[in-house]
Amino acid sequence: MTTLIQRPTSHRLEQQQEDRQKVPVHSHHPDVRLFGLTVFLVADGMTFAGFFAAYLTYRAVNPLPVNAEYELELLLPAVNTLLLLASSLTFHRGSKVLMAGSMSTCRSWLLLTAALGVAFMAGQMWEYFHLPFGLTDNLFASTFYALTGFHGLHVTLGAMMILIVWWQAGTEGRFTAENHFGFAAAELYWHFVDGVWVVLFALLYLL
Amino acid sequence: MTTNALPASPHPVEVQHHTPWHEYFGFSLDHKVIGIQYLVTGFFFYLVGGALAGMIRVELVTPLSDFMARDTYNQVLTLHGTIMIFLWIVPVVNGAFGNYLVPFYVGARDMAFPRLNAVAFWMLPPAGFLLMSSYFVGGAAQSGWTAYPPLSITTPAVGQVVWIISVLLLGGSSIFGAVNFIATILKLRQPGLDLFQLPMFCWAMLGTSVLVVLATPVLAGALILLSMDIVAGTGFFNPALGGNAVVYQHLFWFYSHPAVYIMVLPAFGLVSEILPIHARKPLFGYRSMIYSILGIVFLGLIVWAHHMFTSGTPPWMRLFFTIATAIIAVPTGIKFFNWLATLWQGKLALNSALLFCCGFIFNFVFGGITGVALAQVPFDVHVHDTYFVVAHFHYIVFGGTVFVIFAAIYHWFPKISGRLLNEHLGRLHCLLSFIGFNVCFFPQHWLGLNGMPRRVAEYDPQFQLINQISSVGALILAISTLPFLVNVFLSMWKGVPAGDNPWRACTAEWLTSSPPPVENWLHEAPLVTEPYDYGSTEDAMSVTTVRGRDLWSAGR
Amino acid sequence: MPIPGSILTLVAGVFLALISLWVGQNINLMPVAAADDASTVDALFKVLFSIGVGLLLGITAMLVVALVHFRRRSGDHLDGPAVEGNLPLEIFWTAVPAIVILIVGVYSYDIYARMGGMADFSHHTSMPPQENVETASSGHPADPETVIWGGIDRAEGAAFPVEVTAMQFAFVFHYPQQNFTTGELHLPLGQPVELQLKSNDVIHAFWVPEFRLKQDVIPGQPTVLGFTANRQGNYDIICAELCGPYHGGMRSKVVVEDAENFEKWLMRNTPATVATAPESSQTA
Repeated sequence: MTTLIQRPTSHRLEQQQEDRQKVPVHSHHPDVRLFGLTVFLVADGMTFAGFFAAYLTYRAVNPLPVNAEYELELLLPAVNTLLLLASSLTFHRGSKVLMAGSMSTCRSWLLLTAALGVAFMAGQMWEYFHLPFGLTDNLFASTFYALTGFHGLHVTLGAMMILIVWWQAGTEGRFTAENHFGFAAAELYWHFVDGVWVVLFALLYLL
Repeated sequence: MTTNALPASPHPVEVQHHTPWHEYFGFSLDHKVIGIQYLVTGFFFYLVGGALAGMIRVELVTPLSDFMARDTYNQVLTLHGTIMIFLWIVPVVNGAFGNYLVPFYVGARDMAFPRLNAVAFWMLPPAGFLLMSSYFVGGAAQSGWTAYPPLSITTPAVGQVVWIISVLLLGGSSIFGAVNFIATILKLRQPGLDLFQLPMFCWAMLGTSVLVVLATPVLAGALILLSMDIVAGTGFFNPALGGNAVVYQHLFWFYSHPAVYIMVLPAFGLVSEILPIHARKPLFGYRSMIYSILGIVFLGLIVWAHHMFTSGTPPWMRLFFTIATAIIAVPTGIKFFNWLATLWQGKLALNSALLFCCGFIFNFVFGGITGVALAQVPFDVHVHDTYFVVAHFHYIVFGGTVFVIFAAIYHWFPKISGRLLNEHLGRLHCLLSFIGFNVCFFPQHWLGLNGMPRRVAEYDPQFQLINQISSVGALILAISTLPFLVNVFLSMWKGVPAGDNPWRACTAEWLTSSPPPVENWLHEAPLVTEPYDYGSTEDAMSVTTVRGRDLWSAGR
Repeated sequence: MPIPGSILTLVAGVFLALISLWVGQNINLMPVAAADDASTVDALFKVLFSIGVGLLLGITAMLVVALVHFRRRSGDHLDGPAVEGNLPLEIFWTAVPAIVILIVGVYSYDIYARMGGMADFSHHTSMPPQENVETASSGHPADPETVIWGGIDRAEGAAFPVEVTAMQFAFVFHYPQQNFTTGELHLPLGQPVELQLKSNDVIHAFWVPEFRLKQDVIPGQPTVLGFTANRQGNYDIICAELCGPYHGGMRSKVVVEDAENFEKWLMRNTPATVATAPESSQTA
């Protein structure tokens, strides 16, 4: 249970907005924004769930033409999966270090996380250019690009968020052990993107 | 008698307007301003959608397609459905009343994320105008609000893509709103306010928001795939390219059936707030009302394929979805019996708010009965995609939700504006709406049973008389809006000052001034643990002096 | 002594039940029934209609009585009784609808199964097995174009086949045994038929209100509709799924005629080359 601390009641909205800026909202209920983000990620996850459901239905009921059965190259995606999982670990390390109060080490971990994310994207790009099929070749190809593309969009956004957080962390006192919403949000989002990839990898490459 | 005889506020003071008018056109963060922005914007689109409905009914006066071009007719029905659902009902029952009331009910001074709230609202007008402008730029989408492929892939692409973009914006707005409601209701409650002490509308909004969060993204995903089919030439839903058109229907209805509950659950909540106050009795069966909301939310997510009984779905699917659909009638029925029991032995003030609620009960029970009939596959096979279905869902969303929206406007207008609406005009509005609505949609059941499919511009001449009766009903319905508009504009400036609590209500929005100050209460937020504390017991308080304020401060 | 309320309620309930039964059985809202299972669907509708009328009348009566009897008199500012619930009553009105709905559900499932709605088509192809040899196009058994995706059919085996192709904006009927194509569907009276439906462009729906049957015709997903017409006459075939600008005009005729006239019609339309071929058409 969280509370709103009494703020001076004003008759004019502008004044209220100034009050908000003076007293940041999250100091009143620090967990609500993360909770909100979690709810939003549930929604985002449902988009993926819809895609996965469509993909599984296609697999079950729409047999592909004989020339459209592909053996996907597994090595690169497997390495990519490891990269992404490692990036979740490095982010987690960074957050541990932040809790301990060592900001410069935390920034290094952040940079490493972002680098792993970019490496993942580079791997995806390389795979895209070397696949034997294009977007509109057949149902599997379209589904493959739609799923990985939508996920890649998430990874790109996440990497940008990490870099922003890294840049913000350069300001002294921007994130503290108690007050680091932006950092925590980026971390939650990044773990979410990783989790989705694991499911996606299992369904698209292994199944 | 009734409302006019109610004791006026002890000191009928002049109404004070706290919010300068230009706030309503800006990026305001005040949940009450945003609520009113939703309400007025939604009502504007209601008039647009109503005009489109009028065009449909004019076309159907004769059996020939003679009023407008055939493809224009399809654009009109597509816009009518999309606007009424996504720009009128969903934003108004969720955005308008949810934003206005939920912070009061949880004892908060605003929503959890005021900025996100404003962003969510401001996605609405661009989406709406984008949608309408597509009509003038190359023609709007013409594949119905369902946008079934392959038709939506083969009709002119520009209109369809604009339709998709606009629905994606509206869906995003809806998701942002839902995140806000869930966070506000679960995390921003006053200390000491238990979940099981919340007014029913909070529970309804919680259930609705869960549905929005779980279902809307799936529609977004389906529309993204559909737009790829249209723009990039993929074949997800295009059988000519090896795709599967029925997968779209599954994804679409996974959202669009819960969308019905996204439209009616908040209306149920509003009725649960309005009835006890005007019946002067506690809400009957508070707990069972909550459990039935939760039951509807759960069942609402697993009934979508009853829209596809004729789509060649596997038999086990039809069996499962028949049973799940029919079972939804049980929790819904509980709510209606509870409302009847709330009215029974009450002291009913026969004012516009209560009468609109009673109209809602009649219409929705009617629509619910035809809904249970439609859940039975053998019967659905006959009437699926006919005017029977058109009549059924208008009984649910118009006779149900829109009637409740009007009831809610009559009920909360005094709080929003500080002035009462005129009761004579209000009851005229209610009477005309009820007659017009039933004359318009009741005969359509017969049309569907006897062979008139939906979404047609031309029909068998044997149906002409009934269609003309229906069109007369639509005309009455259009006329019924006039007393309402006159009433609102007259009362806004010249209405009887309402005072803080004209209905002697217990809930927290009435325990402050009308209109409320920016952060809802000048004093500390009242802790309302018994929102339905009406009704006399042996130690009844003196009736001429008792007010809601006394009830909560007496610690009961 | 006044009449006890419980007796009045009982009388009102009996009266309500009688009215709704009478309305359900005697007010006919459906068009004529022209197929074997149409009358069973009508029987289901009558049951639903009776229940619906009873429920609607009952609730409306309660509502009107409440509005009249419990209206607030002028000068009365008392509240009603503080009744917050009644558990036995709530259990009652949860259990009764649940039971009614389950019974109706089982009943409608039974009807649907009798119509052939629960038939499994997964091993069924759009060509009857004996035709496979002669039809070159049905070579690949797993070809999605020939797999039946769903529909309503009792799968009696001896049904007379007709291929129905839907397109913007017409239905075309092909008689495979006689090998001719027509724009008007003729069906033999009292003989099982199997319509094999497929679409060339967008989704259509094949609906004959008098047969109480409707089946979506989905491109890429052939479906079947099996039934027996049992009443002579001309009926409308209506497209029930929005399929484009001329959707409202997409209709056709089905003519149900007795065996003699049907055979004559078949003979008249059968191309000469096939008419001289073996008597397979007559035995169908």
